[in-house]
Amino acid sequence: MTDTAYNFAYLDEQTKRMLRRAILKAIAVPGYQVPFASREMPMPYGWGTGGVQVTAACLCPDDRLKVIDQGADDTTNAVSIRKFFQRTAGVATTERTAEATVIQTRHRIPEAPLTEDQILVYQVPIPEPLRFLEPRETETRKMHELEEYGLMHVKLYEDIARHGHIATSYAYPVKVEGRYVMDPSPIPKFDNPKLSDCPAIQLFGAGREQRIYALPPYTQVVSLDFEDHPFVASRAQHDCDLCGADGSYLDEVIIDDLGGRMFVCSDTDFCTTRRELGHIGRLGAPMTDEVA
Amino acid sequence: MIRVENLSKCFALHNQGGAIIPVMAGAELVVAPGECVGLVGQSGAGKSTLMRMIYGNYLSNGGRILVGGLDVAQADPRQIIHLRRAVLGHVSQFLRVVPRVPTLQVVAEPLLRLGHPTAEAEARAATLLARLNVPERLWSLSPTTFSGGEQQRVNIARGFVHDYPALLLDEPTASLDAVNRAVVLSLIEEAKARGAAILGIFHDEGARNRVCDRLIDVSRFTPEVAV
Amino acid sequence: MGQMEQIAALAATPVALPLLQVDGLCRNYGARIGCAGVSFDIHAGEVLGIVGESGSGKSTLLSCLAGHQRPDAGRITYAGQDVLAMSEADRRRLSRTEWAYVHQNPRDGLRMGVSAGGNVGERLMAVGARNYGQIRTRAHDWLGRVEIAADRIDDRPSAFSGGMQQRLQIARNLVTGPRLVFMDEPTGGLDVSVQARLLDLLRGLVRDMGLSVIIVTHDLAVVRLLADRLMVMKSGRVVEQGLTDQVLDDPQHAYTQLLVSSVLQV
Repeated sequence: MTDTAYNFAYLDEQTKRMLRRAILKAIAVPGYQVPFASREMPMPYGWGTGGVQVTAACLCPDDRLKVIDQGADDTTNAVSIRKFFQRTAGVATTERTAEATVIQTRHRIPEAPLTEDQILVYQVPIPEPLRFLEPRETETRKMHELEEYGLMHVKLYEDIARHGHIATSYAYPVKVEGRYVMDPSPIPKFDNPKLSDCPAIQLFGAGREQRIYALPPYTQVVSLDFEDHPFVASRAQHDCDLCGADGSYLDEVIIDDLGGRMFVCSDTDFCTTRRELGHIGRLGAPMTDEVA
Repeated sequence: MIRVENLSKCFALHNQGGAIIPVMAGAELVVAPGECVGLVGQSGAGKSTLMRMIYGNYLSNGGRILVGGLDVAQADPRQIIHLRRAVLGHVSQFLRVVPRVPTLQVVAEPLLRLGHPTAEAEARAATLLARLNVPERLWSLSPTTFSGGEQQRVNIARGFVHDYPALLLDEPTASLDAVNRAVVLSLIEEAKARGAAILGIFHDEGARNRVCDRLIDVSRFTPEVAV
Repeated sequence: MGQMEQIAALAATPVALPLLQVDGLCRNYGARIGCAGVSFDIHAGEVLGIVGESGSGKSTLLSCLAGHQRPDAGRITYAGQDVLAMSEADRRRLSRTEWAYVHQNPRDGLRMGVSAGGNVGERLMAVGARNYGQIRTRAHDWLGRVEIAADRIDDRPSAFSGGMQQRLQIARNLVTGPRLVFMDEPTGGLDVSVQARLLDLLRGLVRDMGLSVIIVTHDLAVVRLLADRLMVMKSGRVVEQGLTDQVLDDPQHAYTQLLVSSVLQV
């Protein structure tokens, strides 16, 4: 039920060509922020306009799209973007990580390993990792050009001075192939190791800031740290209460007024898949009872 | 050691109608190592001006000033700085120091700048301060708050802390009591004995007679007043 | 004669190459002269004062030297390298390692949103320090050297007094052991008692670290205490230069005479 009033995937072909050029350049220079002429999209900034434009430029009619927000396929943002492309591109959609060819994500990398046949598109609010300490765009560009990245460590230094450890827990800065320092978008630092040496193409789109950057397959990505305060990919020290997984990234959910809480996988597809295979956590029930 | 030849000096006052005031012409003098020469002449005759020219504090308009082989009249600032550091000492009537620096460091500084170890420099400074009867409780304070006599003794200690081969003394015994005056005079005699060439201005006639080998009247060098 | 030769040897100035050499530096703002035909050199361990009234070109000169502005003509040679021919990357590396710049307003030279320790540590991290404990130790050491209490290390400079901010700026600049320091009115806007403390500190650091300093100020008392040599500027040109006390006590140029005679005696 494609809405034929729009071109395939909403954007006109010239715009998609412009985006693809930016994407190719971004892939050619891993971690470098390529400016592009961001278009007005039928959704507000902050709702993934950058990611949507990148996805639109990548989609082919036989692609299978998955959209996640904080790991979940069923949140408002994910549902509306998925519907958007169902209508404007008529592509198939899925909630299964393994079945998707294009995955647009906000704030997570799926738990299931990605493959060479997949593209992961990140929604990015603020692409400039140096912005925290240097407000001038002219200066941050110069700093990238000349690899003056001392400031990045000042941010981490401040963390340790204030909290005793590196308290940055998301949007944790990384260095790409020993060259560009990059903001991996607000993914939890638990996901940072998955950025590196990933078989899939990873594309980052910032709509309001009009920047696209990328990690080609198998790019080396290192999280910044100090010798005496090394990077740690932290997660809540629990097992998933639904599927019992002990290595996934967890959301904490308050379940009553008595301080009761549960920890569940933030990646809903990962959790569901495990439960279908019969894994049951502390508070989980067999899969059949859950289906409404 | 110090040799002045045919030295002349005039001041051009650009902001007072461009007046040119000649203050010195044909000045000649020689101070040999181990000798102390006193400058005499009435007030305004140019004793201080001559001393300042030798120290490089005033420029010269003609002639030569040789100190340890260097012509101060022609030398560039860097050479004069070096000369002052190692060869040519100066005890003026005024103490000019950075506020807050303790007296002991003020006195030790000339040695520190010559690269002497701090402990050695401070030990030598302490010896001199003690000899000049500056109470030890004052050593850790800045001399800016001291009385005139105390400041003068700090100044003298600073001027004698390094064994300069040449020394300029401007009223070294002024505002000192008899005891300290005697200490200063013996410091001068000791400097002479080790071979220092000393040029001084002493209004104190007794002091002048005791340490000076010769006197030079600078009125001789005062030029005819231009009309 | 042996003794005389010894003294002559003492008196001879050691031969050394200048650390910074400036030849015929010019910078114009349209038809107006910023600075013109400025030449001088400075050796290791020397302090050069530049005085002149507002608009005399002293700040223009300093910013050309420090690479904040590009001169229209002239040469700047630092330690044998042609500074103006350097790549920007090399020049910026120089200015965060071997050079330092102390701004008149500490807010221009500090990161106000970063703690005192982070401010001092930034230059270390910029040259590759990656050990938090060592960076912290160096920051502690430098705060002590500029007389800032150790327990203020995690406070932001916005919580500091003007004098403390200025001392912090100095610490931040000197932590990488620079050889050449540019100072633009470092004591401007400070109370007299605070100024004295800063002057004392600067003089000690200059002597202990063997720094070369180019200090721009309109305060003649400051240059008398700090500078070995003095350059007087007026309307973008150097009208007089020489030994500091000689220029101040026996000024030759009309403008210098006016400048010196205009100082209020205390």
